[in-house]
Amino acid sequence: MSDEQNSNGVPAPRDETGEVIGVRKGMFGANNGGDTSGYGGLVRTVTLPGATPRPYGGWFDEVADELEGALEEQDLLPENAIEKTVVDRGELTFHIAREHLPTVARTLRDDPALRFELCTGVSGVHFLGDKGRELHAVYHLRSITHGRLIRLEVSAPDSDPHVPSLVAVYPTNDWHERETYDFFGLIFDGHPALTRIMMPDDWQGFPQRKDYPLGGIAVEYKGAQIPAPDQRRSYS
Amino acid sequence: MTTPHATPRATTEGTVYTVTGGDWDEVVESAVKSDDERIIVNMGPQHPSTHGVLRLILEIDGETVTEARCGIGYLHTGIEKNLEFRNWTQGTTFVTRMDYLTPFFNETAYCLGVEKLLGIEDQIPDRATVLRVLLMELNRISSHLVCIATGGMELGATTIMIYGFRDRELVLDLFELITGLRMNHAFVRPGGLAQDLPPGAVDQLREFVKTMKKNLPEYDKLATGNPIFKARMQDVGYLDLTGCMALGATGPILRSAGLPHDLRKTDPYCGYETYEFDVPTADSCDAYGRFLIRLEEMRQSLRIIEQCIDRLAPGPVMVADKKIAWPAQLALGPDGLGNSLDHIKKIMGTSMEALIHHFKLVTEGFRVPAGQTYTAVESPKGELGVHVVSDGGTRPYRVHFRDPSFTNLQAMAAMCEGGQVADVIVAVASIDPVMGGVDR
Repeated sequence: MSDEQNSNGVPAPRDETGEVIGVRKGMFGANNGGDTSGYGGLVRTVTLPGATPRPYGGWFDEVADELEGALEEQDLLPENAIEKTVVDRGELTFHIAREHLPTVARTLRDDPALRFELCTGVSGVHFLGDKGRELHAVYHLRSITHGRLIRLEVSAPDSDPHVPSLVAVYPTNDWHERETYDFFGLIFDGHPALTRIMMPDDWQGFPQRKDYPLGGIAVEYKGAQIPAPDQRRSYS
Repeated sequence: MTTPHATPRATTEGTVYTVTGGDWDEVVESAVKSDDERIIVNMGPQHPSTHGVLRLILEIDGETVTEARCGIGYLHTGIEKNLEFRNWTQGTTFVTRMDYLTPFFNETAYCLGVEKLLGIEDQIPDRATVLRVLLMELNRISSHLVCIATGGMELGATTIMIYGFRDRELVLDLFELITGLRMNHAFVRPGGLAQDLPPGAVDQLREFVKTMKKNLPEYDKLATGNPIFKARMQDVGYLDLTGCMALGATGPILRSAGLPHDLRKTDPYCGYETYEFDVPTADSCDAYGRFLIRLEEMRQSLRIIEQCIDRLAPGPVMVADKKIAWPAQLALGPDGLGNSLDHIKKIMGTSMEALIHHFKLVTEGFRVPAGQTYTAVESPKGELGVHVVSDGGTRPYRVHFRDPSFTNLQAMAAMCEGGQVADVIVAVASIDPVMGGVDR
């Protein structure tokens, strides 16, 4: 994938180190010593695309420059707010330090050169192996004025699952943040009424966390017991 | 964990939680104390005019709605969680059931995301892309027809309901012919389509376009100029451009506020930039404007369908890479659609490698390089966005659907508060929420 090109044809080399989120061993999901295939010793690190060096290509540099300039005008050092910038598969991602998220979002919305008017909500991702930053909140912002789409990613540790709310900037995030709270337990500080939205109000736990089981029962099919989906072999 | 809405108390049977709704005594008491005519009315979750299991909580003062809130989650089925325990191809079977009125949009958005992660967007055969567009536009017609039909029925206009479902049936017949199923098709797969068009489908499609061109003006005759219809819909469910942008409303709601934002034009996918069609808008910001937009969009969809039929050149409908393409072939057996006997004969009788390949791909699936992507399509309801995350495994690590119904439904309070109770029905119908998509 290192020769992948972004939308404007400028090669976007990736940081070789990337972001390690886990290590897989073996191949056939048989982790109890039953794997006699010889693949049991296989070790594979799971790496997400790492930071991209400049230039990002196309309008990505323009957006990054404008954002950094606008943050500096507000006496906020861009390198403090933007942890890293990733260009992958023609999409631009800013990893934002969580305490600066509202400032960055407001700047992205209001700056005439940026104008990301539409937020398409927040999506939670739980990386169990990403120690110290397990919970990720991912926002996609669309600029109708300029016809652009960018992604903001914020992370929080499992031990302190707090992210500032963006409802004051994008009121549409009201239900989206409730949904992410409901499923991941991410607490959006400053949300006007952060309650469960899908699950019953008295539900215990946060179902879409990776350590929350799917549940289900074994089913008999043609005389054989077919285990529940989360008990079946998962090819690692 | 406890919330103020779920107070636990210990009983001999174990802990009992009092969830929201259990405090009605206090609510009634305080309502009596306040000594006015305010009443809180629960509409739904089982009410014929709430488009599925939507619960509306209305505080009314006489005939005026002073506060309106939604209770959702009654149709939550955990599709996003379930996806994480199946392989990438099985995912289409789940996502097609989200917004069950727009299955092809869910499938296509998901598959575009998976294909982008795989980096095979350029290898998708043209015929598959044209067929995806064709199916999506057919689906847009059927979804809008349901919206108009049920919206009319909720006003008491049963004729428009009969007309709408009559014409939707024509679309569903085509779906059944092409995919074998009327709903929940799982026909669009990562890499292309499950199958090619059956013989005779093109003729049926042409016949359908002809019939619809005859039938669509009937809606105009029946409803567009109808004074009762207009009196019920005009200036109802008002949401201007500022409100739409703040609440993230897209689709016909946004276009009824005058902004011609349509992802097919502004951020094209599946080659939409090469098709000729218009994006209708209205400047009335109300339910009537949305109705007119939906009618016009159906006409535009017919235009796109005609262009699709003309472009259909023979060719494969699945990506050539055999590491991704589903190995099994389908054939029409005496008991309906099933596995192709020729294919089974080949893998069971002549080629052990083919059998291994088939087994590996079907049971294990293909690996998708680690990363994340966001793909969005313009569904009949608005921006349908899919955030797909892969950790390099054979199963999705996380799939999140930004369903337009979910986001648009937030606008219900802004549209209804200060209006009449009867107008709540019209406003909700003009949002066109489908609870399968809202709750997922």
